[in-house]
Amino acid sequence: MATYSTNQFKNGLKIILDNDPCSITENNVVKPGKGQAFNKVKVRNLRTGRVLERTFKSTESVEAADVDEMNVEYLYSDGENWHFMEPSSFEQYAADATAVGDAVKWIKGQEVCVMMLWDGAPLSITPPNFVELSVAQTDPGLKGDTAQGATKPATLETGTEVKVPLFINEGDILKIDTRTGEYVSRA
Amino acid sequence: MLKDIRAFFDEKNIIEVETPLLSHASTTDPHLDSLQSKFRDAPCFLNTSPEYAMKRLLASWGEPIFQICKAFRDDELGVNHNPEFTLLEWYRPGYDMTQLMAELAELVSILCSVGGSAGVSKKLDFEMLSYQQAFEDYVGINPHLTTVSECHQAALAHGIEIPRGMGVGDDDLNDWMDWLLTQLVLPQFQENSFTFLYDYPAAQCSLAKIATNEQQFLVAKRFELFFGEIELANGFHELTDAQEQLQRFKLENQARQRDGKKCGTIDTRLIAALDYGLPECSGVAMGLDRLLMALTETKHIERVISFSWQNA
Repeated sequence: MATYSTNQFKNGLKIILDNDPCSITENNVVKPGKGQAFNKVKVRNLRTGRVLERTFKSTESVEAADVDEMNVEYLYSDGENWHFMEPSSFEQYAADATAVGDAVKWIKGQEVCVMMLWDGAPLSITPPNFVELSVAQTDPGLKGDTAQGATKPATLETGTEVKVPLFINEGDILKIDTRTGEYVSRA
Repeated sequence: MLKDIRAFFDEKNIIEVETPLLSHASTTDPHLDSLQSKFRDAPCFLNTSPEYAMKRLLASWGEPIFQICKAFRDDELGVNHNPEFTLLEWYRPGYDMTQLMAELAELVSILCSVGGSAGVSKKLDFEMLSYQQAFEDYVGINPHLTTVSECHQAALAHGIEIPRGMGVGDDDLNDWMDWLLTQLVLPQFQENSFTFLYDYPAAQCSLAKIATNEQQFLVAKRFELFFGEIELANGFHELTDAQEQLQRFKLENQARQRDGKKCGTIDTRLIAALDYGLPECSGVAMGLDRLLMALTETKHIERVISFSWQNA
């Protein structure tokens, strides 16, 4: 079992806290004059995304988290799991709903996503920053209503609803920014 | 600031000295780590403070001396720490701890009135607080009688976090006190103001003499000066007993081993000098980078160092 000592702490280091893999986002040494030093760290829990603060007596060591990132292609979902493939080894991974998280709103197949693995098991899926999806359903825009910035709801082929300009029709292919969930343009 | 400091000591006829930054011996302090170098394949160490060498000069001369030099400490990097920093250290034969604290306050007051920003120089009172008083007021325990389990209870009662890696053995008591000090005592110190904390528990004596206080508890004649929560200086009524000092170095090395650290190389030349005879004296070391932070109301040590560690 690999461990890190507090003097190896730095931003981005992956450690295990409360049985979850975490990434250090801030590390500061607190020392009362001549006495014992303590490391105050901020970490992001990589499974839940929550940020927490922890203190360690310096010289304490912490279990290292075996966390990897790789590009994978989304294949299909069987309703319970989402299946991804690493394109050079053709190795397949099944990610559950927790790991896939919000990515499910934007992927329909063949997108290249970033998968984070912890001890070889999928931990989280990040979809591409931009995806192209077709509009499954939207009400026709009212003719002549060209007021700037006016939007209407549209349901994409993945079932996700986004706000789109009034001129968008069913069947149009749209470019969506997955980080904000916003419509960018017609593809 | 350096010019004003030199003028202060010049007026008092205190001699400026220089001692080696590179030494054959390292520190045994369980909470400090020397940076190591080598000369012709033999290990040597950058000083963590000029204390040992200055005491050897004192033993030989018996005159008051001061020095402004660089000091180096491994694994100290943060808002208030840079691995290389500047120390002002001076020794006063014949002074006790109280006299030296007064002289330190005098120096700091002068530096504040000359170079301090308006916010600092306006309220220049020095709060005097014994370690015992501080712990009784802000933690609710007597630091000279307390135990690890009482410290643990106090931490729970005040709802403060308990760091990972805190031990429960008797040897771990100092770690607990240090933690309570940082979490419950220091935050009570007035912001932008100076506080002397003195008469430390005997177990935190380092290189200070041990004596009894008014309540007959054994205390270390040691003090620290804080600006807000930040430690600026640490001083001792110096231990002059060579055998006692050697014994403490050995105990410190045992503490290092418990923490899984390498033992320090004991400075036998210092022990020899104490054996020869160190005059009764008090000495203090002040971090000048931090003092500059205080005078200029700066929150990060990087801002007062021309090329800090990331850039050095």
